[in-house]
Amino acid sequence: MTEEIKILAIESSCDETAASVVRNGREVLSNVISSQIALHTLYGGVVPEIASRKHIERINQVIEEALKEADTSLSEIDAIAVTYGPGLVGALLVGVAQAKALAYGAGKPLVGVHHIEGHISANYIENPELEPPFLCLVVSGGHTHLVNVLDYGKYEILGRTRDDAAGEAFDKVARAIGLGYPGGPKIEKKAKEGNPFAIPFPRAKVADNVYDFSFSGLKSAVLNYINACKMKGETYSEADIAASFQQAVSDVLVEHAMEAVREQKATKFAIAGGVASNQTLRSAFEKACEKEGVQFYHPSPIFCTDNAAMIGVAGYYEYMAGTRSGLDLNAIPNLKLGER
Amino acid sequence: MKVLGLDSSGMVASVAVVEDDILLAEYTMNYKKTHSQTLLPMLDDVAKRIELDLSTLDTIAVAAGPGSFTGLRIGSATAKGLGQALDKEIVPVPTVEGLAFNLWGSRADVCPIMDARRNQVYTGLYHFTEDTMETLVEQCAVDIREIIEKINQRGAEVVFLGDGVPVYKEQIAEYCDVPYSFAPAHMNRQRGGSIAALGIRYLKEGKAESAAMHRPEYLRLTQAERERNERLKNEQNP
Repeated sequence: MTEEIKILAIESSCDETAASVVRNGREVLSNVISSQIALHTLYGGVVPEIASRKHIERINQVIEEALKEADTSLSEIDAIAVTYGPGLVGALLVGVAQAKALAYGAGKPLVGVHHIEGHISANYIENPELEPPFLCLVVSGGHTHLVNVLDYGKYEILGRTRDDAAGEAFDKVARAIGLGYPGGPKIEKKAKEGNPFAIPFPRAKVADNVYDFSFSGLKSAVLNYINACKMKGETYSEADIAASFQQAVSDVLVEHAMEAVREQKATKFAIAGGVASNQTLRSAFEKACEKEGVQFYHPSPIFCTDNAAMIGVAGYYEYMAGTRSGLDLNAIPNLKLGER
Repeated sequence: MKVLGLDSSGMVASVAVVEDDILLAEYTMNYKKTHSQTLLPMLDDVAKRIELDLSTLDTIAVAAGPGSFTGLRIGSATAKGLGQALDKEIVPVPTVEGLAFNLWGSRADVCPIMDARRNQVYTGLYHFTEDTMETLVEQCAVDIREIIEKINQRGAEVVFLGDGVPVYKEQIAEYCDVPYSFAPAHMNRQRGGSIAALGIRYLKEGKAESAAMHRPEYLRLTQAERERNERLKNEQNP
């Protein structure tokens, strides 16, 4: 029998306070998420100071629940993994300070984990056969990265957004058509009633890197369209805007990703991050991957949103590779992928 | 009774261990604010040097606010993590009371002032009698003039301390009508020893709370909440 490794993971980089216990890097024993979305909705987006305050109010309970649900205790845990960047610095600091003190007090090794590596690693949870190398598109409220996953813990960034993250564009467009926060799920719901080909919004290309993204032009085009309608006294369909905008985002993401798949001769492609739970986007990727003859992977929505299980998975591979963080581990809000 | 004291509410990071009437160790630094990188290594250093078995601690006392929001949370999360790992309760010590306790036994009243920005100070007013520290003004966030007014009304000599002193020295000179002085370097900023010693008193008074329930007392709403409340108020009374 092989040795069993249990990782307790903590994640607090944005507005979810989360903890999880993961066994041997693939099996999620618990995945507790305390969401603050309802609170931030009052302000039309995440308020960093409020997020930090809520994290500290909930963190012990969330950790306790994760241990209890996994039917384990701190003494049976092999290592503690924590997100230390990128994210909101005040929010990250709560999880980092808590994890460090917990590891120190319990005499356990500590492993700092990159948030995006966590998102990518979420794909390992439900796909036991998936192993690097593969290509992965990470799309969330704060990130849009096209990544070549060379090995566990080894990444090459092929492309990234030059301005807004894809999820950020969803939030801004949702606000413009009065759907409110959070934009992703609200646009997706509204888009179901609309025609995705009603309005020809632009599909931006970035001149010097075919894998890079730009969404600010698309966002502006949506705002201009609304303003033009208003100036002319014409009515507009929010559903058509939502559907056409979503289609434009999806088209750009799929096109760039498939370009990379062909160029890199990838055989496996995965998506990750909050926006990866968007059904339209998933279907588009499913179709495109089938056409290209590559295997398509995606996490369930619960592992797409910010969660600690994905941090536990990434933390496991870091732990096995010998990564250990010191008591001086700091939160790094703009931590780059592959940076230590 | 053995207590760990932590204070990261301002520029100072401080860790101390007090056993009954003895300060076993204290490590205080007022050098660049990188509490996230320094506080726990400082504790580790202290613990190693006094061969501290963390499990023998009776409680963890922490400066619980007011102060820098982020600094408070680093101290609190450190206390909460330790409490969770060691199954210990936390004694929250109001930051301003901890500062006043530095000057135990002072014949003059003690007035800590912390720079709270936005033209305010975190402050309070304390008076020492035989074996107690009496609170004359509870810790609060006010304009410096407001606390000086209260000091003048009381008419007793006062000692000022805290990081608000260099910021408000001139206003104190201008408006304070009673004899006053400023505390010297060894007692004019946050000290883990005071947090731990006061922590022992508060523990005996039953003021401990579970690590899970502990949270900092900011004395202030967030900017977003203030602006929202303002907006709602204006909507109700246009």
